[in-house]
Amino acid sequence: MLTKVHTGLDPVQGVWWKPAHKAEVIWVSVAFAWCIVLFAMMPLWHWKGGQNPAGVRSRVEPKAFYARTTEFAKQYQVGTDGGVPIAAPPPGADVYLVAMSFQWYPVLQLEQGKEYMLHLSALDVNHGFSLYPLNVNFAVVPGFDYALRVTPTSSGDFRIICNEFCGIGHHTMVGRVIVVDSTGAAVADNPDATIEHGGAL
Amino acid sequence: MTAATVEGTGAPGWRTCPVTARRIDARAERLIRVNAVAAVVALLIGAVAALLLALTRWQVVHLLPAEWYYRILGVHGMNMLIFFIIFFEMAVLWFAGTVLLNARPAAPRYAWFNFGMMLIGALMVEAMQWSGKADVLYTSYPPLKAHPLFYLGIILFAVGALSVVGQFFATLTIARRERTYTGSMPLVVYGAMTAAIIAVITLLHGAMVYIPTFLWSVGLIDSVNPQMYRLLWWALGHSAQQINVAAMVAIWYMLGALTVGAVVLNEKVSRWAFVLYILFISMASAHHLLVDPGFGPAWKIVNTSYFMYMAVLASMIHGFTVPAGIELGMRLRGFTKGLFGWLRKAPWGDPGFSSLVLSVVVFGFFGGITGVTIGTEQINIIAHNTLRIPGHFHATVVSGTAVAFMGATYYLLPLIFRRKVSFWGLAKIQPYMFAGGLLLLEFGMTFAGSFGVPRRHWDISFTQAAHDVPFSPVVDLFMAMVGIGGIIAATGAFAFILIAVTSVFFGERVTEFPRGKAIAGIPQGLTNPPVHAANADAVNAELHAPARGWAGPTPGTLVLVAVFFLAFMLYYFTNWKLLSFLWKIG
Repeated sequence: MLTKVHTGLDPVQGVWWKPAHKAEVIWVSVAFAWCIVLFAMMPLWHWKGGQNPAGVRSRVEPKAFYARTTEFAKQYQVGTDGGVPIAAPPPGADVYLVAMSFQWYPVLQLEQGKEYMLHLSALDVNHGFSLYPLNVNFAVVPGFDYALRVTPTSSGDFRIICNEFCGIGHHTMVGRVIVVDSTGAAVADNPDATIEHGGAL
Repeated sequence: MTAATVEGTGAPGWRTCPVTARRIDARAERLIRVNAVAAVVALLIGAVAALLLALTRWQVVHLLPAEWYYRILGVHGMNMLIFFIIFFEMAVLWFAGTVLLNARPAAPRYAWFNFGMMLIGALMVEAMQWSGKADVLYTSYPPLKAHPLFYLGIILFAVGALSVVGQFFATLTIARRERTYTGSMPLVVYGAMTAAIIAVITLLHGAMVYIPTFLWSVGLIDSVNPQMYRLLWWALGHSAQQINVAAMVAIWYMLGALTVGAVVLNEKVSRWAFVLYILFISMASAHHLLVDPGFGPAWKIVNTSYFMYMAVLASMIHGFTVPAGIELGMRLRGFTKGLFGWLRKAPWGDPGFSSLVLSVVVFGFFGGITGVTIGTEQINIIAHNTLRIPGHFHATVVSGTAVAFMGATYYLLPLIFRRKVSFWGLAKIQPYMFAGGLLLLEFGMTFAGSFGVPRRHWDISFTQAAHDVPFSPVVDLFMAMVGIGGIIAATGAFAFILIAVTSVFFGERVTEFPRGKAIAGIPQGLTNPPVHAANADAVNAELHAPARGWAGPTPGTLVLVAVFFLAFMLYYFTNWKLLSFLWKIG
């Protein structure tokens, strides 16, 4: 039954297609079953889980996306933060966020527990959306509109770090998302930001 | 091209290895040497870069200015992941194709031409990167644009490497035709052949991505689709790591055989595992695109899982058969005490053996488990482009592949370069130092990444940014681990380079390997070859006897893989739990 004792450096004589020992068969079976579990978890999470990178994906002209975003920012502007408009769209709205070297535009103000359609794209090169401190990461690719249904389940003052190298100023590229709680109170602990309540809403 | 050529091989230009009794063609030997030397030079550049990077990311030191940090990061990536590894793999292919099969190299002069092409390509890339004309990092994602010579250099390097892979297949054919060996090719050569096949797939993708990008850089085409580039580039970038995996596993089998007489438990199982690599591993481009906008969930799930994790299955098989082969090899040589007597009596002072064990353990436990977990479609949301990614791939490519290659070098120095290993005392501790530093670095990166610390980022104190990002103070600790681990690992790499270079150029010549005598500078597997006794087959049959139960001849390894499996499940499901705490996204 067994092949002659030999190492991986020796050519193998005769037929080496021999049945494996039970211990090997058990391990290969366990490993195979585990692989099926690993595989099944992903469709299962699409079905039952709350965090999936599916979204609605489409092509878009970078300049057109930028124009749409500035229009969106103007429409829902409630203030400014360091010269960047703060946009507070109503729940359920399409929300636009554009990445460009080296800025996220605009600052977003969302409501806790409400769903939004967040559109991500880039004007120039690849960027990376990394929501701090939650550690939620998405790729932002010019020419592609990545629309994700997002429901902020916690309130606070969040940051967007760029985590895809986009040029020499990459490390200065930080954006901001404010999530107000269910009472409607803004949770803006950044003293530089000015939020005019009851703005364009 | 038949018997006459073979008989002629006793002639000048050939020698017989005193340890393995294999016939070695001097022309092949020179090719192995020159590729290994080029690999070590690239390793030196990459290791200097690594030290600078570790000292920059350790925010307390923050050594390099921003511009140089990104530049050196690109240099580090190209030298380590492309030049060091591929030059070494060229040496492995020549070694496996000729020495292990007693064969002559196919078209050795053409091989020098190809080596020259690879060298020129590499030098072009170095020149562009160091002069600041290719500040696009290793991935060079368009629309970021580098100087055309940067892309051309990579193309030349890839074409040269592809041609050498073709020569390797030609060498295998020659060996078979000239009957330089009888029976089926050794498992190690089979593994090297697997690496070569994956290399063809990889390098063709390299051509598909870099030729249009080059044309774009010189203005002949208007644009490169950034998403298509990411897809094709990672079919090069990730598949290149799968060449490393296959080559590394082949070296595991080789080092096991040379150091402790590890046996092949079952050729069918091990060879099937290699076939699974060929069939499925090239789908891994998707690992980098899980949170990209260009692909849907079905595509992502099928591809990221290598079609139901068949390549993971392959690695889990090797992860059993390699240690089990070591265990059985040791037991056959009489180290039968208890579950782990074979491990206690193993030659831990032999840098070839310690490298082998460290490579298997860290690759499996750290690289494998983190890789499968963060390569899961949804879990990637909490991992993509954070420091968890380099934390993972340093565990695979460096702790796994580079450590295995270093271990192989300790045997190649006396066998192929015919020199004693210099600084033998240092060589004995080098694998522990290098792997230990790396482990610290990898833990630091992985934990920091879990807090959202981005990779490829010059300043996580964000002093010049529009908004503050107040990372938890514990992140400082993790980044210090990255810095200190990086210093230790770089020191380990420098020690290896010092040993290798000194041995090659100034080492004491080795002409014979006196049996049974420990000699400083010659690994124990060469002076005390782990040969199996004449009755090994009878002992083997006894160990396999049904009466010994389902644990069979390798009970110790079963315990080890059970521990591995528990660690795997724990880490995997913990990550799903962490993911479930996030906002709802879909």
